Amino acid sequence: MTMTNTSENQKEYQFVSGDEAVAIGVKLAQPLVVAAYPITPQTIVVERLAEMVEKGELNAEYMYVESEHSALSAVMGASVMGARTFTATSSQGLLYMAEVLHYASGGRVPLVMMNANRSVALPWNIFGDQRDSLSLLDSGWIQVYVEDAQESLDMTLAAYALAEHPEVLTPVMVNLDGFVLTHTYQSVEVPSQEQVTEFLPPFNLKHKMDLKAPKNLFFTASPQHNLGFKYEQQQAMLKAKEVIETIDQTYGEITGRKYGGLIEAYKCEDAERIIVTLGSITGLVRDVVDELREQGEKVGLLKIRYMRPFPGDEIAAVLKDAKAGSVLEKDISFGAEGTVFTNVVSATYGINTKLTNYIGGFGGKDIKKEEVVQIFKDLEEIIKKDIHPSYAERVKYIGLEG
Amino acid sequence: MNRPEVNKDFKIKSSKELPCGTYGQAMLLTETMEGWRSERPVIHNEQCIHCNWCYMVCPEGVIYKEGNEMKIDYRFCKGCGICQKECKKGCIELILEGGE
Amino acid sequence: MAVALDEKEYFYGHKGCAGCGGSLAVRLALKTLGENTFVVVPAGCMSAVGFVYPQLCFGVNALISPFASTGAMLSGVAVAAKALGFDDVNVVGFAGDGGTADIGLQALSGAIDRDDNIIYICYDNEAYMNTGIQQSSLTPYGTKTTTSPAGEHIHGSQNVKKDMFDIIAAHKIKYAATASIGNIPDYIRKVEKASKVKGAAYIHVAAPCPTGWGIASSDTIAIAREAIECGLWYLAEYENDEYTLNKPVKNFSSIEMYLKKQARFKHLTDEDIQTITQLRDRKWEELERRINRG
Repeated sequence: MTMTNTSENQKEYQFVSGDEAVAIGVKLAQPLVVAAYPITPQTIVVERLAEMVEKGELNAEYMYVESEHSALSAVMGASVMGARTFTATSSQGLLYMAEVLHYASGGRVPLVMMNANRSVALPWNIFGDQRDSLSLLDSGWIQVYVEDAQESLDMTLAAYALAEHPEVLTPVMVNLDGFVLTHTYQSVEVPSQEQVTEFLPPFNLKHKMDLKAPKNLFFTASPQHNLGFKYEQQQAMLKAKEVIETIDQTYGEITGRKYGGLIEAYKCEDAERIIVTLGSITGLVRDVVDELREQGEKVGLLKIRYMRPFPGDEIAAVLKDAKAGSVLEKDISFGAEGTVFTNVVSATYGINTKLTNYIGGFGGKDIKKEEVVQIFKDLEEIIKKDIHPSYAERVKYIGLEG
Repeated sequence: MNRPEVNKDFKIKSSKELPCGTYGQAMLLTETMEGWRSERPVIHNEQCIHCNWCYMVCPEGVIYKEGNEMKIDYRFCKGCGICQKECKKGCIELILEGGE
Repeated sequence: MAVALDEKEYFYGHKGCAGCGGSLAVRLALKTLGENTFVVVPAGCMSAVGFVYPQLCFGVNALISPFASTGAMLSGVAVAAKALGFDDVNVVGFAGDGGTADIGLQALSGAIDRDDNIIYICYDNEAYMNTGIQQSSLTPYGTKTTTSPAGEHIHGSQNVKKDMFDIIAAHKIKYAATASIGNIPDYIRKVEKASKVKGAAYIHVAAPCPTGWGIASSDTIAIAREAIECGLWYLAEYENDEYTLNKPVKNFSSIEMYLKKQARFKHLTDEDIQTITQLRDRKWEELERRINRG
């Protein structure tokens, strides 16, 4: 159910869930082929798209496929024919796609996919955490994590511009926290079709299959050339960092909304303690930062928007002036620590900020405000002690009790 | 000769020359297969009735008609011997490579 | 020979073994379909021999799909062709027996269920040949492969070859056929027919592998012909809910002669051969029962 509201200055607002916000973004990008397999909590996106096709609002072919592996394979085939595409998945479905994820990035196929972040079985659980997508960081996809419905819509459009940029040509995964974001209703401002047309160039893939100039795609490369292909993939990812910033600028100029590119540093300028977040937990941490700031505490929030390409320099630049920081994440690499933390520590190698890792929010468990406040308190203790926590001591778990 | 061209000089010198997206032009041929052959089929055109059967059955597609003669693109013939076995008129002979 | 084929070659310079039946099936299908064709080939023999950069052997637009998703990528290409308004193009997939009947069965089933405008050709060489002759679900009873060794205790593979033609027909597909490179005119006619279908079409073409079967490279077509003659393979079509047997065999040639020509069957005992004969007879009884007699 959506409510449409057009205000006096002709801006269109809709009251929608995160899933629906993605569907609206996809519709505005006008893909020609949509293929998807249902999985909670992604399902609403593809249901809405099917409705849009049925009503004639979206002039696309809708393929009901028999698995996620086939969904991603199908849109890959469609994309190299020269058609903009869309698919969406979650959790087990994303893992089932794993082979094709590597395939698409290696083939430099500019796909856009929404992933509803959800826990991974066993035990079965349909609610949110980020272990699904974070376990696939190495698959060569750009990964963006959004905070609310508005950002979901805007990043869906930005994802097309980014994936299809001639110097990037890398698939993009837009990650929304399951239920917390996919199923929560918020008011979003919907850009006009004219604005989107101005922002997003038509789909034009240089290496598409062509009857006039036929091509052979997705070949085998010998040991002699293999690293070369992978090196070029890495260069494109690094190039994407610049392109992300440019796209953010352009999108801001056209729609009035900017997100700060790879990261968003919130009240970090003079912050002594900073919590690093990914995804929808950012909202809660932002509120806590506001409250503590009112009490005069020097705290800040660093929201990572892109996990790949990883904004290492940007994160280091923000964290270096703080005394301590903590990465709060819904993920674990068993036998090690949270993967976001590993990445942050690697990026901040050589700076003196003391860093810790809080792991929680698994399988949809709420992270409470008091728990976030406690993280800031713990950081204060670490600053007082003035020693870097050991490898074993720096990882803590939230929500084991109760 | 109406056969695909082979560019044996094709070389990738650095990763910068690699195509973005694991693709190349259709039928980009840079090597030949004559070295695979131990026997060479020879068509005796004077006995040939031009039934085209040898052309049909060749897994490599290397047998073709030029003017009034059936010819073989020896660059890619692997000497499997199917044409010789299948020729109804017995006008294809297999001779040992390296022999006279 | 009253078959009009494109003079151009669209599968050339590949590194298939000498006498490869699969590459002949691909070559002839592409010459039938012509240049306005998009090809999808999964990981397997044809991609391994025809797609190693820089030696790209398809003369038309072609791509390799993941092993399990020939049907899905093929569908994606076909659906995009429709969305982009490409008229008169063929979208054809070539997968082996393992890629079709084992790992690719799900995606193929989905593509047929959607009735996407595709031609799917399974070149059946009765084992995973590219990886070194391992048993697939289309390996016939008694076959020696590297994963179904033949010794005193086990006489090769113990499964009964899945009937893909029946499985596909059970989808109520618009057109399905069995074919063989042992009967080339029949195969070409079926490819042509498949190309005229608006929707999904499936051809299962028997394509012997000299390497895996243990025969001379010159004998690929002859052995395929003999498989038809002894009744271990059949040529049939399915369309409009009806089955047609293209070449009813009145008197089968010797199964034993067929089997003993191939190293993969050398170990078979009289009892094994009797089992294979019974399997054949049962299959033909079943075929006779369902065949359209007009």
